[in-house]
Parts: sequence; C-alpha cells; structure tokens
Amino acid sequence: MGEAITILGDIFGSPTIYGSAVRLGAFLAFAALGELVAEKAGTINISVEGGLLAGAFGATLAFDLSGDPWAGLSVGMAAGFLVSLVQANVSHRLAADQFVVGITANVLVLGLTGFIDAAVDPIGARVSVISIPVLVDIPFIGPAVFGQTWPTYLLYPLIPLTWWLLYRTRWGLEVRAVGDNPRSCDVSGIDVNKRRREAIYYGGLLAGLGGAFLVLGQTGSFDSGSVGGRGFIAIAAVYFGGWTLRGALFGALLFGLADAFRLALPVLGYQIDAQFLAALPYLMTLAVMYFITRQFRQPAALAQPFIRRRW
Amino acid sequence: MRSGAPEPSPRGTLPAKADARSELVWLYVLTIGATLAAAALLIVATGNSVADVARALLDGAFLAPGRRGDTLKIAGPILMVAVGMVIGVKAGFFNIGQEGQLLVGAMAMALIGTKIAAPGPLPLVGGLVLGAVAGGSLAALAALMRFRRGVPETISTLLLVFVVYQVIGYAVTTAWFLGDPDPRVPGRITASAPLTEEARLPIAWLFGEEIHFGFPIGLAMAGMVTFFLSRTGQGFKLRLLGSNPDVAHQVGVDRSRFGTMALFASGALAGFGGAVMLAGGASGFRLTTGFSTEVGWQGLLVALVARSNPLLCIPIAVVFAALRTGGAFLAATGVDRTIVGIVQALLVLALLIPPAVQSARHHRTSHHRFSGWLFARTGAGSGTGRNGQ
Repeated sequence: MGEAITILGDIFGSPTIYGSAVRLGAFLAFAALGELVAEKAGTINISVEGGLLAGAFGATLAFDLSGDPWAGLSVGMAAGFLVSLVQANVSHRLAADQFVVGITANVLVLGLTGFIDAAVDPIGARVSVISIPVLVDIPFIGPAVFGQTWPTYLLYPLIPLTWWLLYRTRWGLEVRAVGDNPRSCDVSGIDVNKRRREAIYYGGLLAGLGGAFLVLGQTGSFDSGSVGGRGFIAIAAVYFGGWTLRGALFGALLFGLADAFRLALPVLGYQIDAQFLAALPYLMTLAVMYFITRQFRQPAALAQPFIRRRW
Repeated sequence: MRSGAPEPSPRGTLPAKADARSELVWLYVLTIGATLAAAALLIVATGNSVADVARALLDGAFLAPGRRGDTLKIAGPILMVAVGMVIGVKAGFFNIGQEGQLLVGAMAMALIGTKIAAPGPLPLVGGLVLGAVAGGSLAALAALMRFRRGVPETISTLLLVFVVYQVIGYAVTTAWFLGDPDPRVPGRITASAPLTEEARLPIAWLFGEEIHFGFPIGLAMAGMVTFFLSRTGQGFKLRLLGSNPDVAHQVGVDRSRFGTMALFASGALAGFGGAVMLAGGASGFRLTTGFSTEVGWQGLLVALVARSNPLLCIPIAVVFAALRTGGAFLAATGVDRTIVGIVQALLVLALLIPPAVQSARHHRTSHHRFSGWLFARTGAGSGTGRNGQ
C-alpha cells in the first residue's frame, strides 16, 4: 500500500506527465471533436482512423515539399477531408452500410499512405514549442496547457467553435435534429443525408488536422503505425463522454493521460504492465457503455441510416 | 416519378428488370476497371512495370513451387472468418471484431498446445474446440452487452479487438502465462513456446504441393453454413431476424437468443480460424503479438465482397489469399507490398458501389425491401439496438 502511494506520488509529481497527457490528449481531442459532430448527426464515422492517418501523411508530404508547417496543416486537413468525402458519399448518398465503408476506407488509407510513403519517403519535422507568456507560469497546468508546440493551440479555439456550430447555429440545430429524429426532419424539409454528409465532412477536416498535429506537433515523422487504432479511441471518447462536448474532451484527456502513464512508467523505472494501460481506454469505454450509457442522451438515430420510403 | 408502374411487389419491381441488370453489369465493369486502372497508375507512377508486378503476383500466389499450398493455407482461416461474418450479418448483427476473436482462438490453442502434454489427437482437437469456444465467447460478450444494455455490437466488438491485442501482448511476454521459458530462443519475450508435435495439424501432399488441412476444413464449414442458412428451420429464423425483424418478432423468433447464437457462431468460426492458423504453423507454431497478420480484417472484407454468400466466399477468400502470398514476391519488383491492401480495399469499394447506386435510385420510388443487409438496414433491425431489446 505504502509502495503504491510512493509510485502514485512519483507519477503525479513528475511535471512531464501533464505535458505529455495534454499532447496525447490533444491528438485524440481533434478527432473526438469532429467525431462528436458526426455522431450528433446520427452517423458513426469509423473512418476517423483513416482520416487521422491521411492527415498525418498529407501533412508530412506537404511539409517535406514546401517546408512550411502551415502548408502541412492545410494539406493534412484536405487529406482528412478526402477520406470523409468517400465515407459520406458512399454511405449517405449511395446507401451502403456506413461500417462497411468505414472499414474499407481505413484499409484503403493504410495501403495508400504506406505505398506513397515507401515511394517518396517524405521527411517531417516537429515545429517549435511556443510558450504563451504569463499563462505558462500558472503552476502545474501552465506548462502543460500553454507550453506546447504551436499547432496544439489550434485545438483551443476549435472547442468553442464546435460548441457554437452545434448549439448556436441553425446548421447545428439541424445536425442534432437529424441525429435524433430523421423522419421528422425529412418531413419538415431538411435534407437528412446532406446534413449527415456535412457533419462527416467536419469530422474529416478535424481528423485531418489531428493527424497533421500528430506529425508536426508531436512525433515529427510519419509512420504507418503512428495512429495505430487511436482513431477508435477517439470514437470511444465520444461514447465515454455521453455525446456531450465536455464529456468527449474529458474522455480524450483521460485517455491521453493513460497513454502518458504508459509511456512514462518505464522512464520512471517502474515495471507496470504497459498492456493494461494500453487496454484501459477500451476497457473503460466498454464499462461506461455497459453501466451508464443509457443515462446519457444518445442521439436516437445513431448508426441508423436514413432512407426515405413510401408508407 | 415513375408513371404507370404496377403496385410495388414486396421485393419492389424495377421499371425494367433487364435494363437494371445490364446497367448493373456496366457499373461493375466500370468500377472494377477503375480499380485496376488505379492500381496500374500507382505502379507506373513509381516507375515500375505493371507486367512485372502481375508476373510477381502470379508467381508468388500460384506458379512458383510450393506457393499454391501456401495460398490455400492462408485462404483457410480467411474463409472461416468470412463465413462466420456471414452468419452474423444474415441475422442482422455486424460483428467486426474477428481480428480479436481469431487471436483469442489462437491463444486458447496455444494454451492447450504448449501446456498440456497428452498423447494422441487430444491436444489438437481440444485446442481447436477451445479456440472456437474462446472466439465465440468473446463475440457472445458483445451479444450480452447488446441484449442486456443496448450497446451496439459493432462498437463493442471493435473495441474488444484492441483489448485482445494487449492481452496477447501480455500473454506472450509473461512467463507464467504463455511466454517461452526457453532462454536460448531469440525473441522469446515476444513469442510463446512452440506447440508440441501432437498439437500440430497434419499435412497432406497433393500433386507435389503441401496441402494444409485448414482449407478443406474451411470448405466444409462454408458448405455447412450454406446448408444451415438455406435448408434448416433455425437458419430460416435467423435470416428472418436479419431481413425483417418485425415479422420475426411476430412469429416468435427470440431476438436475443438468436442474436447471441449468431454472434457466438460468428466469433467461434473466427476463433477456430485462429486455432487452425496456429496449429497449421503460422509464425513457426508460436503465438506472437503480430500473429493475426490482419487475417481477421481480411476475412471481414471477403464476406463483404461476397455479399454474405457463404459459397461465394470461397473463391474470394482464395483471391485475397493469393494477393497476400503474391504480395510476398513483390519485393523483387521494387513495388511496395502495401499495393495489395490498396487493391483489396478498392475491390471492396468497386463491388460495393454499383448495387448501392441502384438501390439509392430505387429507394426513391419503391419499398425499401432490397436484397440484403449491405444497404441500409432500415427500421427496427438496425443500429443501436435501442428498439430491439
């Protein structure tokens, strides 16, 4: 028991863990924000994994060609958007099953990025850390939140922006309505599948940006395995957070913290089973889904395709 | 929209069936042509010759000595996973966690095959059976979450894959679990001990090729599943549940019982496939962290391409297996083997899009009953399970 307290003290006393948690959590948060919007519209967009990977690769490629991180970020976003374009149009214009399309898109992106990477081998880089003056001096959270590589800061305005889009615009109202009661929306003249496609596009843009952030703000290089299923953790975060904005962000940060522990423990000299920590986000999400999901308000038409039919 | 059409029949008549069919054929020609063109373009763009690549793929998959046996060897587990997927899909449940179910099946096989020393066929048979049970149980866990608490099985099976990855990682690196106790083996901290001789699948020789027993077993399973689905009462009820949940409910098909059964069977086949892979010598009869080599995902894609027709799964599983084994020969041509994944995914899209184009058009004018689950599962049968407790 005493040993456990020492361990916890060591872990939480180490300042690097917070920075690392924010970094890893921010990556998940980019994807989770977009996925939240898509799920609010009633679609489960499992190609978010592919969007992240495409974003990471697009950013590396563009950065290598131009040397400009902004070009990297934009091309990363565009690559993520491209994936969502496939997902949205094949599953919500043509009526193919969204999971089928999502899985296929993920396999396709994995293959394409790996193939082009092998042929071109672009070199990425990590951009510089920019500390925001004054704010970075806040004890504990200051360096973690305001002492990161600058693309991290793109996440912060996106949070209120996403909130505003979802809850303060006509478009957001329609997106949420489409996710709850598509048939009524259809009757009142909202193009259900169009709103769903748009929501998926938003998810794709953010996933692409998240992937670009992964390379430019975090790892500095592209690797096919660098996303490694974390897109699914982002989906898990949305479920975990009960389809609320702050819940999804909390989930992303929590899962980022678990990831940070996994990376930090060996450095601190502890032999704790890394596998358990790696499995933790999935286990927690499964537990949350089993025990408390129903208390949250799940979009009523989540994962149900909309097809107008004659009655 | 459509004028002078007859009242829609339950299957929804198209204006002119023959026209629709020829349009479908043209769409297929177009999409498959586009797939091949895209692959060729990628090959040419990287400065390689399409003919060389085709030659290497054929050599690696069929022509070079011993490759036919290798292709069929991996086709077996892929086929089993695909056939399992078909059962779930026919019942209206979308299990996408085969990769994990396959791995726990292999893990069960490894436990029996390395820990239990028994003479005769007992370790092999026991391992295969336990592998199926393990895979089935993992899928049944998803079924439990679905029918008790409405957790969508698509998400839970997917998340469980990543849990299983870590369990396998733990198992093969932990001495008391499955870790290799022999300190002389290089890389032993990432692999289990090899299976004992008794726990390995026998190998037959046919026309100078090593024929692995997994493939005939897979064929038998595809046949059995076809028979079960099309010729038995239980199979009929299962399909009814998938195609029209309302009617199924009215005639008294117990949704949670049949759903659990379907998901269990689907996972069991994947688990069995994993056990067969290990007993057949994949990664040197050792369970490793990367053991599954995406066979689970590929089996899933095969079922999608085959439109959940278990017999059609057979040739498509062989094609996918051939792309894999052919891919191993690509290194000599200078083309990266990831091209295989691209072709596989594009092939799925190519076969997915034409019927989706037609159904999207069709839905505007007639009832929703269009064949199969591939298109939007409508109404009570789909989605979150909220309305299907």
